[in-house]
Amino acid sequence: MIRIPCPFCGERDHSEFGYGGDGTIVYPALDAPAEEWVEAIFERENICGVQSETWQHVNGCRMWLLIERNTMTHEIQSVRPAHEGVAKALEESK
Amino acid sequence: MSARRLQSGGLIDRTQTLRFKWDGRDMTGFAGDTLASALLASNERVLARSFKYHRPRGIMSAGVEESGALVTVGTGDRRDPNVRATTQELYGGLVANGQNAWPSVRHDVSAVNGLFGRFFAAGFYYKTFMGIPPFEWGSGTGMWMQYEKIIRRAAGMGEASRAPDPDRYEHGHTHCDVLVVGSGPAGLAAAHTAAEAGLEVLLVEQDCELGGAYLSEPGAVEERQNAIKALNDAGVRIMTRTTAFGLYDYSVAGLLERVTDHLSAPSEHLPRQRFWTVRARYTVVASGALERSIAFGDNDRPGVMTAAAGRTYLNRYGILPGSKVIVATTNDSAYTGAAELCRAGAAVTVLDARRSVDNSVLDLARNAGTGLRLGAAPLRAIGGKGVYSLDLAASDGDGWRADGSENCDLVLVSGGWSPVVNLSSHRGAKPVWDAENACFMPAASDEPLTMAGSAAGIWNTKGCIASGQVAGAHAAKALGKSAPAASAPSAGGWASPIRPVYEVTVPRKKLKSFVDPQHDVTTSDVRLAHREGYVSVEHLKRYTTLGMATDQGKMGNIIGLALMADALGKDIPEVGTTTFRPPYTPISIGALSGSSVGAHFRPLRRTPMHDWNLEQNGTMTEAGLWQRPWYFARAGETITEAYIRETDTVRKTVGLCDVTSLGKIAVQGPDATELLNRVYTNPFAKLAIGKARYGIMLRDDGMVMDDGTTWRLSDTDYFMTTTTAHAAKVMVWLEELLQTRWTDLKVHVTTVSEQWAGCAVAGPKCREVLEACVADKTVMSSEAFPFMGVIETTLKGGMPCRIARISFSGEMAYEAYVPSDYAMPLMEMLWKAAEARDGCLYGTEALGALRIEKGHVTGAELDGRVTIDDAGLGKMASPKKSFIGSAMRSRGDMGREDRPRLVGIFPKNRTQSFNAGSILCAEGKVEGLGEGWITAVTHSPELGHWIGLGFISSGYEPWAGKTVIAADPVRKGNIEVEIVSPHMVDPSGERMHG
Ligand SMILES: [Zn+2]
Repeated sequence: MIRIPCPFCGERDHSEFGYGGDGTIVYPALDAPAEEWVEAIFERENICGVQSETWQHVNGCRMWLLIERNTMTHEIQSVRPAHEGVAKALEESK
Repeated sequence: MSARRLQSGGLIDRTQTLRFKWDGRDMTGFAGDTLASALLASNERVLARSFKYHRPRGIMSAGVEESGALVTVGTGDRRDPNVRATTQELYGGLVANGQNAWPSVRHDVSAVNGLFGRFFAAGFYYKTFMGIPPFEWGSGTGMWMQYEKIIRRAAGMGEASRAPDPDRYEHGHTHCDVLVVGSGPAGLAAAHTAAEAGLEVLLVEQDCELGGAYLSEPGAVEERQNAIKALNDAGVRIMTRTTAFGLYDYSVAGLLERVTDHLSAPSEHLPRQRFWTVRARYTVVASGALERSIAFGDNDRPGVMTAAAGRTYLNRYGILPGSKVIVATTNDSAYTGAAELCRAGAAVTVLDARRSVDNSVLDLARNAGTGLRLGAAPLRAIGGKGVYSLDLAASDGDGWRADGSENCDLVLVSGGWSPVVNLSSHRGAKPVWDAENACFMPAASDEPLTMAGSAAGIWNTKGCIASGQVAGAHAAKALGKSAPAASAPSAGGWASPIRPVYEVTVPRKKLKSFVDPQHDVTTSDVRLAHREGYVSVEHLKRYTTLGMATDQGKMGNIIGLALMADALGKDIPEVGTTTFRPPYTPISIGALSGSSVGAHFRPLRRTPMHDWNLEQNGTMTEAGLWQRPWYFARAGETITEAYIRETDTVRKTVGLCDVTSLGKIAVQGPDATELLNRVYTNPFAKLAIGKARYGIMLRDDGMVMDDGTTWRLSDTDYFMTTTTAHAAKVMVWLEELLQTRWTDLKVHVTTVSEQWAGCAVAGPKCREVLEACVADKTVMSSEAFPFMGVIETTLKGGMPCRIARISFSGEMAYEAYVPSDYAMPLMEMLWKAAEARDGCLYGTEALGALRIEKGHVTGAELDGRVTIDDAGLGKMASPKKSFIGSAMRSRGDMGREDRPRLVGIFPKNRTQSFNAGSILCAEGKVEGLGEGWITAVTHSPELGHWIGLGFISSGYEPWAGKTVIAADPVRKGNIEVEIVSPHMVDPSGERMHG
């Protein structure tokens, strides 16, 4: 059981979260050519080591989080709200 | 073997006699006995028959590693097979039976299997299964199934009850600073040290008593009691009868607590077992070590057991397990027990495989008066249902030679000790071979985890205590506390080194020597696997099934590994070890499911109209987690009659249907319009306030995700509905887009599915019904409230309500929503008006019929493989804007004209029906994947015959007028059908525009 420290709710079991995907993808503009979309949604890395990924605290605050996780050990290196504005506000509130 | 209970000694309570039944016979034991010890004290020898050969088997150990005495406990719906008699606590009224034998384990007619051993040798299953060439007997799977039946009947384990489990199970969660697994000398010391350092400690022990090895030490009674008292004083939480069966990421442990398995008459409020998830900050594993056997001829005979077991039966259970005992050992550990047995009245001979042994050890035997043979080992046990003599072998160079025999009624064997590294292995730490101690040691872990005591390969009590203290101090330090410094003992601790002996054979003698007795795997099976080319231990395991029984090879794995290494001319570490996986000991499925069974299997969602629907004689059905009305039968009606009447009534007058289960999302904020315009394929930028629009969402990859209507309530406020099935998914999707992708959009989405209760009012008289209900009926006029209009108004009595004029049935229709608390009065009011107009209530069956007639798609069609064009909704994709999926929806093959498209289906012979799930094939070509498939079927009252929806390549036009086959090989066979437009009723949509 991975334990994820949600910045809003505290440390919780991963079963409370939904997995999103690769957190480094920059999605193309909606009118971008299909090739760019193919790259963004199909051509994914399979990282052995630390990977940046998105999770949603579905059964909690419902916030989308950006998490750095080691795919070999499940060690979580960092967690922050995926929304930069929210992340910044949270940082400033500390 | 002639075992008997001693007059005194042991931890049993001789004042409490317990009566129980074994194989139909009345027996007695004492409180504190296990089933095995009670049977042993009664001199019962054959307790089981082996898996394949039906060989008689007796008690081989005194613990969880038991590979012989597997029995069935309980009767009727509480029959529990493959229970280790050595861990089953005795209680008054216990009923146990031998298994895998007929008529009984003592007289088993299937024992002839032993004569046909070659059919049961390693790999037999695989060879047969792979298919012997057809000219030989037994080709392919057909014949295999014949053999399989016979083999399964002959080879096997106990049989579980087929009745539902009457017991309850619970799931629990708990936290602690330090979890200590095992309560032997090391575990007790670790728990005490950690608790004294101010940490919250949870100590778990699989046995019913704390103490581990102390329980078999007659001289340690006081030491054990003091240690337990110290724990209680230090506030350590203690759970006995609790197995830590697995360790997981982040110091999470899984525990199984056996709450009532030892009770005659458990209180009704107690669960049978509890499955605990423990979140610890640090874990100390002091799970002990298990004694190994040695492979020698007929080493599975009743009367051959581990040396430690002999000692436990003597010291813990007050039983002299044999009168003439041979103790065969390869190390120092068996000597104390040999001496104790001798003093208790048995004639004992020690065979030590080593040629020289330290005098301090030999003196233990000499002083007690045991016989002693150095450089000697067991060669073959003689006896059928009990051993009566032992052929001996003498050390000869690196090997052995036969050396006479000796009478005995019990053979105790110590082939060395294996630390229980299972839990650290669960964490991916590969055990490390220690040649000096001839065992796998736990590897160091990066995690907050320490192994202590004999689980770390420390063989003496003093060392184990020290090791526990060190582990407790490690835990304290890791968690920011301090503990007295303790110096770590080194592994081992015997006066003379062990002689690693895994198998005793002599040239030119054929022996049946068991490696894994539970699965009847012998040394010849391992050699056969090697001869047939298996080199990896993982393959060896699968080919021979070594270590794949319920004990996971606790006693035999290392012997198998050593034999394989020998055959390959390699060292044991080069051959490797297999990875242990949870659970350490078997867990019942009941405990895993806990209370999530039956109606509690998953949450139940009821709409606020639920009770009202039931009062109206609604029959409910499941739609995901929701309970929805299926149909409302009137007196004597079948479901078919009911839904046909309901469908007909909607088309002719009016019907009401609870649609509360649809997903409802409030989309609010200055950029709400922009969000909707991006996620829906059709334009939303100019949707007027007070209007609703049907919309389709695609996934990034261009496939259809969901559909529904969205109502514009104000400039910045929308009410979105989704399908029942995808409500949660759409919500997550919108949140993901807003929080990760379009973070500049000022929109807030809130699920309001629970807040609004909804009812569809459909049919030609729907406006009349609502006119009767609204406070001001002018709001319902066609001018004020056109098709696709939305109003927020008040019903009679002041009920707030939002209504949209939208249709799923193809009839003129409305959907009316009220805050959930008003659901019942809404239905009362609507039904009064509808009933007066010969209306009806309708359920999902009629809803399905109405939408199929109209060719409206739902989850059955939108299965994730369908494009918007496939669904016939290509016109809904705006060419003037970009939206999610617009770039991908026509890439490559997605744009092919011959993709399967939505079509309507009629039976050629209008009196026939056909099934959803049938494959559509061209006439004369009923083969392969066909040309398409059928997704939904209903009887159409409007058309008077059965109709369906489905997909067929290129859509309906090229198939017009042709005969197509709806192939349904497992149910109805082939039905001839015609392919038509999916809009089977009122294709122009005149009715809903009213
Ligand atoms: Zn949270």
